[in-house]
Amino acid sequence: MAETAIPYVVKPHPVTGIPNGKFGIWLFLASEVMLFGALFSSYVLIRTGAPHWPPSGGLSSDILNVPLGTFNTAVLITSSITMVLAWASCKMGNLSRFKMWMGATVLLALVFLVVKYFEYSDKFHHDHFPSHDNFFAIYFVLTGLHGLHIIGGVIVNTYLLGPGSKLWASDPEHFTNRVENAGLYWHFVDLVWIFLFPSLYLL
Amino acid sequence: MTEMQADPHAETPEQFKKHLSKYYVVFVALLCLTAITVGVSYLRLERPVAITLALIIASVKAGLVAAVFMHLIDEKKVIYAVLLLTALFFALVLTLPSLTVFEHHAGMPGT
Amino acid sequence: MSVEHPTASTGNGHGHAHADHGHHELPFWRKYIFSVDHKVIGIQYGITALVFLFFGFSLMMIMRWQLAYPGQPMPVLGKILGETAMPGGVMAPEFYNQLGAMHGTIMVFLGVVPLAVGAFGNFVTPLQIGAPDMAFPRLNMASYWVFLPGCLLMISSFFMEGGAAQSGWTSYPPLSDIAPSGQTVWCFAMVLIITSSLLGSINFIVTIVQLRAKGLTFWRLPFFVHAQLVTAFLLLLAFPPLEAATVLQIMDRVAHTSFFLPSGLVVSGEQLKVAGGGSPLLWQHLFWFLAHPEVYVLILPAMGIVAEVIANNTRKPLWGYRLLVYSVIFLGFMSFLVWAHHMFMTGMGTTMSTFFQTTTMIISIPSVVILTCFIMSLYGGNIRFNAPMLFATAFLPMFAIGGLTGLPLGLTASDIYLHDTFYVIGHFHYVVAPGTLFALFAGVYYWYPKATGRRMNETLGKVHFWLSFVAINFVFMPMFFQGMAGLSRRLYDPTVYAHGRGVQTLNVVISLGAWLLGLAQLPFIVNFFMSLKNGAKVAENPWNATTLEWAAPSPPGHGNFITEPVVYREPYEYSVPGKSNDYSPQFRAEG
Repeated sequence: MAETAIPYVVKPHPVTGIPNGKFGIWLFLASEVMLFGALFSSYVLIRTGAPHWPPSGGLSSDILNVPLGTFNTAVLITSSITMVLAWASCKMGNLSRFKMWMGATVLLALVFLVVKYFEYSDKFHHDHFPSHDNFFAIYFVLTGLHGLHIIGGVIVNTYLLGPGSKLWASDPEHFTNRVENAGLYWHFVDLVWIFLFPSLYLL
Repeated sequence: MTEMQADPHAETPEQFKKHLSKYYVVFVALLCLTAITVGVSYLRLERPVAITLALIIASVKAGLVAAVFMHLIDEKKVIYAVLLLTALFFALVLTLPSLTVFEHHAGMPGT
Repeated sequence: MSVEHPTASTGNGHGHAHADHGHHELPFWRKYIFSVDHKVIGIQYGITALVFLFFGFSLMMIMRWQLAYPGQPMPVLGKILGETAMPGGVMAPEFYNQLGAMHGTIMVFLGVVPLAVGAFGNFVTPLQIGAPDMAFPRLNMASYWVFLPGCLLMISSFFMEGGAAQSGWTSYPPLSDIAPSGQTVWCFAMVLIITSSLLGSINFIVTIVQLRAKGLTFWRLPFFVHAQLVTAFLLLLAFPPLEAATVLQIMDRVAHTSFFLPSGLVVSGEQLKVAGGGSPLLWQHLFWFLAHPEVYVLILPAMGIVAEVIANNTRKPLWGYRLLVYSVIFLGFMSFLVWAHHMFMTGMGTTMSTFFQTTTMIISIPSVVILTCFIMSLYGGNIRFNAPMLFATAFLPMFAIGGLTGLPLGLTASDIYLHDTFYVIGHFHYVVAPGTLFALFAGVYYWYPKATGRRMNETLGKVHFWLSFVAINFVFMPMFFQGMAGLSRRLYDPTVYAHGRGVQTLNVVISLGAWLLGLAQLPFIVNFFMSLKNGAKVAENPWNATTLEWAAPSPPGHGNFITEPVVYREPYEYSVPGKSNDYSPQFRAEG
């Protein structure tokens, strides 16, 4: 491919101190903060305007399964440490360790999705669709969009685990940067859940 | 290139190992804080108190993830600048719509 | 490091960067369709945007028939557009609404922004900073190929049952929640277009910060680049709330949620069977959180272009360069703090309305500073009134009118009367049409030689300018008077009201002006295509300009520069005392 050589793809820029990809992923995360910020804002506005919350009465923890939510929170937190360890393995020059930890990250993400599947189908089984009331609408949209972000992360991480890891052979530093950037995204997804869980399940 | 800082990005594999322990510590802390959040929720405190407490704990957890896992604690100025700007606009979009819609004043309906 | 950029052979400027010696020719589809070259992508955006600008304008030209001659059958198009849109040749109200909503949506999101940012930003920015391409060339390609399907999806909504979106470009619920299916298509198309924009903005910021040539410090950047950088931040941080809101509207329409539907809503005499508990104001907040910064996205690149063209054609440095940079940054920042001035009539309390009124008044200051610097830049200049300069100069009073007429809208008291009248339409069109659009035309005439290696025809350019300038004022000036007479916007038939009948003659004037404006674009279209083959060939720097893009061949090859450029001085060193030339390019070592 006749591509022109772009500087600072791997080496950091002398003034900013970061390579292009890291800068890019942080900017992307900034936009994601605004995206989820708008959704949290919607939650605040709708909930504040509601005569009582949940609209159907009782507590959020009556509707949503707190043990399952807690379990999923632990799953995501664990996937974050495995992601860090995956990157750390790259920094320490160990590709097979990287694959082990990255594999664990992907697996934990899938566990999270499976749990969510059970939560959703239980709701649908009881005819509690997003249209039921705004509690469910907000629950499904917030966790749904979050779930889509998890799926996106799974795709990226699987790519790095599989075909993407070929880059390690020719340019390990570049590959390590990519893993780090994927990690930043992944930690952000965990971070969103850290706020989502208490906001939806506990309060 | 070889800057001798506490920057995990600029070290040899051997030097890097010493960073691992802090990741494990944060991991355990996150799990504990999760347990605390759930435990506090069972106390069934007054809504405003419950919300404040839950958000504080969540912020601590988020702070740990951001500072340690995302290496924000020793990140470069340009990233801090972007995030500061974002935090400001985040606060705006989170609060101003509700403040505007629910401002109470004599004689006018709300939503 | 090489010091002097060797002059490429005159005429054929197909230089190759030193980086890709020995490369093989790409197949056609990778060279022109799925290209990662910022120049190709810029031209793709440019052509697409110009097509949609003309299409969106055509929608308005059709709409103007109904406004000028309400209830009259339309000749020719009355039959062609079919019985649904034009029963008996007369425009149906639903079709009128579609034309209105789609005109706004297309002009803003498929026309002006893609041209200002996608085309000019992409093509010029890497060249002006001395970079071989954008930081993420493949992401750049992805941006365009997410954008184009978004555009096609948007246009396809005209063929949906019930027609295209018809709830205004602002898509306010509850109306938009219950509108025909074209509205859902609008939502999905917006998601694609917004996503494309987000990917692009990341690229712009990283490129401008990281890929500047040696010697090109922040304070030596052309104003155009500063403007694009601020614009990229606006797009990055303001668009996501609209994307969120659009998802919520899709949920309301498809999954029957009630994010924006209040309890107890009655439609056509029947209670709507939804859970309720939602808020139409939520949509307005999220929409305007983007849409206000969006209007600065519309104007900032235009200011950037005007700066370049004015400096070049006055043969003197921009007046107040640093002031301009501080102002544009402040303007971008403030643009996030004013949005609810679009919502003064929603029952807002006095505290919040005072807050937004105050920030709105404050934001007018940097705009005035920028305009003043531009006007001061003309003073004492050795002005060349070529086609780009005519458009750039006309921008100044036109933007002034647009900006000044915004003040009564930003003050809550006067806004009570003027909100949702034709005064508003006059105000924002002055800023965007003889404002931004004129600046974009200036940019086309100015950078066409760089992109194609040929000049556009000057005479046709001047005809295009004068006809457009006269016509456009006949279109938008009367609207202020209609608005002050109380005429509401989005009215199918203004003559049902006495105050509408009072200003109906102006509607005829406006429509005639609009049709004349349409005709005035023909010299431009002809010129654009004709000059590709017949335009006078140029070397790298036909305008004797100082910024880095004029060091590259015309057009530049892959990698842009024959030798890596180095920057030696500020961007607008024109008529420096003691020099033999009236310009000292940034890229030349000795002046």
